[in-house]
Amino acid sequence: MDTAYSPEDLAFRDEVRGFFEEAYTPELRARMRSNHKEGFEEWQRKLYEKGWVAPNWPAEFGGTGWTATQKYIYETERSLAGIPNVIPFGLVMVANVIMAYGTDEQKEYFLPRILKSEDWWCQGYSEPGSGSDLASLKTKAERDGDDFIINGAKIWTTYAQYADWIFCLVRTDNSGKKQEGITFILIDMKTEGIKVNPIISIDNHHSLNEVEFNNVRVPAKNVVGEIGKGWTVAKALLAHERTGIAGVADVKRAVRVIKEVAAKEENGGQRLMDDPGFQQRLADIEVELMALEFTELRTLATQAAGGFPGPESSLLKIKGTELQQATQEMLMEIAAYYQGVLPVDLDPDALGHEFATDARLSYMYGRAATIYGGSNEVQKNIIAKYVLGLE
Amino acid sequence: MNFDFSEEQQMVRDSIARFVQDDYDWDTRKAIVGSERGMSRDNWQLFAELGWLSIPFAEVHGGFGGNIVDLSVVMEELGKGLVVEPYFPTVVLFGGLIKRAGSEAQQAEWLPRIIGGEVLGAFAYVERQSRFALNDCQTTATRSGDGLVLNGEKVVVFNGEQADNLVVMARTSGGQSDHEGLSLFIVDASAAGVEKMSYPMMDGQRVANITLKDVAVSAECLLGEEGGALAVVDAMTDEAIIALAAEAVGIMSVLNAKTLEYTKTREQFGVAIGSYQALQHRLVDTMMAYEQSKSLLFRALCEYKQDPAMAAETIHALKVLIDRNGKHVFGEAIQMHGGMGMTDELDIGHYAKRLMMINTTFGDATYHRNRYIETAYAA
Repeated sequence: MDTAYSPEDLAFRDEVRGFFEEAYTPELRARMRSNHKEGFEEWQRKLYEKGWVAPNWPAEFGGTGWTATQKYIYETERSLAGIPNVIPFGLVMVANVIMAYGTDEQKEYFLPRILKSEDWWCQGYSEPGSGSDLASLKTKAERDGDDFIINGAKIWTTYAQYADWIFCLVRTDNSGKKQEGITFILIDMKTEGIKVNPIISIDNHHSLNEVEFNNVRVPAKNVVGEIGKGWTVAKALLAHERTGIAGVADVKRAVRVIKEVAAKEENGGQRLMDDPGFQQRLADIEVELMALEFTELRTLATQAAGGFPGPESSLLKIKGTELQQATQEMLMEIAAYYQGVLPVDLDPDALGHEFATDARLSYMYGRAATIYGGSNEVQKNIIAKYVLGLE
Repeated sequence: MNFDFSEEQQMVRDSIARFVQDDYDWDTRKAIVGSERGMSRDNWQLFAELGWLSIPFAEVHGGFGGNIVDLSVVMEELGKGLVVEPYFPTVVLFGGLIKRAGSEAQQAEWLPRIIGGEVLGAFAYVERQSRFALNDCQTTATRSGDGLVLNGEKVVVFNGEQADNLVVMARTSGGQSDHEGLSLFIVDASAAGVEKMSYPMMDGQRVANITLKDVAVSAECLLGEEGGALAVVDAMTDEAIIALAAEAVGIMSVLNAKTLEYTKTREQFGVAIGSYQALQHRLVDTMMAYEQSKSLLFRALCEYKQDPAMAAETIHALKVLIDRNGKHVFGEAIQMHGGMGMTDELDIGHYAKRLMMINTTFGDATYHRNRYIETAYAA
């Protein structure tokens, strides 16, 4: 039972802090906000050059080989510096699947390109008729010589409009249980027959899409894992996705932001931060957060000892997303009337408030966190079945 | 970073778990609670022989030299068995004050006797008006010749009925709520002027209100610096809160396990009630409440081990979370056991009642959330 930092850990922390200060410039930050794709690619390449873009990859594939403590330090410092996470679809999600289930050829081709952010990836899991019941998916892949011909549609596909590749769950067999006959396949977004339709979300932004497949021809060598065994692959990936979704370090940052802005906000001459009701609600969030930070550390330590995250990642996902939404809600309340401001070209001085647009965006888009990656209700089903053994 | 328990800690854990399983079954415990003393002196001797009473004391006094993690392992396992023998009042409170504030001579006199199971102790600190404010103290100690005279009343003294000796907090100077001017005294529970009024608590403890009427103590009975007791008591309290949280975590694990098992076997409408999603999701919630409590306990342990001061905020947070999650866990345990959960016969309610006493000891969630806010949000 010990989480004390060694002198090496402390030196590592200083190195990470120093690098972030130097590399994450205000100009880069502005570019990442105004132009997502180029901004993120620029930042991720900087991380690649430093060798830090993939803390969770094994060293043999170009990961950092960090200890669990180092990973935790890195995450904490990233969040302290206000740096967003890397886009997860390539670096976190499909990469882990390719490492575990891919052919040598797939590993050699895709992994270096993912490390260098040469391809933008998106995730083709949900369908218009298959949300929480993911295994009911209907997008059809029919064999035609060395290829599959794909027909169907995927939905809620984040950043499909930027994507070079999509990893998809498709149905290659209809005869057995619905979990059987699913295949995990990688599709080049430039292939003929793919159409991306934008969906404007509740935050008035365009990050979501529907992706249509009309007779899309995909080489069979793009299948990851065995044909018909895609459900196993899909579940492993979801566990990786969930661990990241908890976003503990980012909730910590949100709490810090709440304290800063609530100290500036006044209500009838009293600082909002001094309002007992406000303090109590923030304290309740912090108490859960202090615990969740160690739940995450316990998970990290378990993973360091044994590989893939298990059902405990569902616990992290549920609690983490609940806390994210709790902090987002407080920031909206702090912004008061300004919480409703739509994106305008007014600067904060003219508008009269600083952070309101950020608060609205994160609050509105933040509703998705308890839905995506398997809704929190589905997470509870998973824990009930696999951890508690309830049938 | 690791969250493993050492081999030694595992051995202590196993040995207490074996005792609970083999020698502390529900009927045995019930008989002990109902007995004249409300505890078993034989068990106490066994605890001494097995070394459990020596855990938090230095080796020089015959102790195990254990740290906070060792103590928490003991408390967690005693919690699982709802062991009523007064480990917390004697070892953690009474012994905790002597090991911190005692002179060499006092430590040499008392600690080996605690470790050997020869003395049962208590800490008399709560007063009628004080609630959770340790500094609110009307009991006085005034100079009289070479010694001092104690006057006042302490209430709800844990183990007050059985304790051979007490540490009493009394005011040697200052006003009722001053932080300075408090002192500790080791008092013989049978000394002239000490009057006990004993009564049982819902968790099986025997406590007492203790009246001190012109109780003469020698200057050698002063424990620690005159007037400087509060810092010692605060330091001991931090350790005691972590110990209680460990006990609570042990209790929550038992409640969750029993409730889960029950929902898998209890049938209604022709199926196990655990097959209903309405209950499944709630069982997940209680599991998460337990895991989160355990995580925050681990955080407190790791920080306290490095430096007790580092754990200050976490200890307040821990008391808040244990209170809230404890109520959630036992509330659901009673609810899902249905009518049976309401009975005195079933152990569920007894675990619940111990959690409630843990929650209130040294301050409840409301109190500690306010302390947290004072500490963390100071303008």
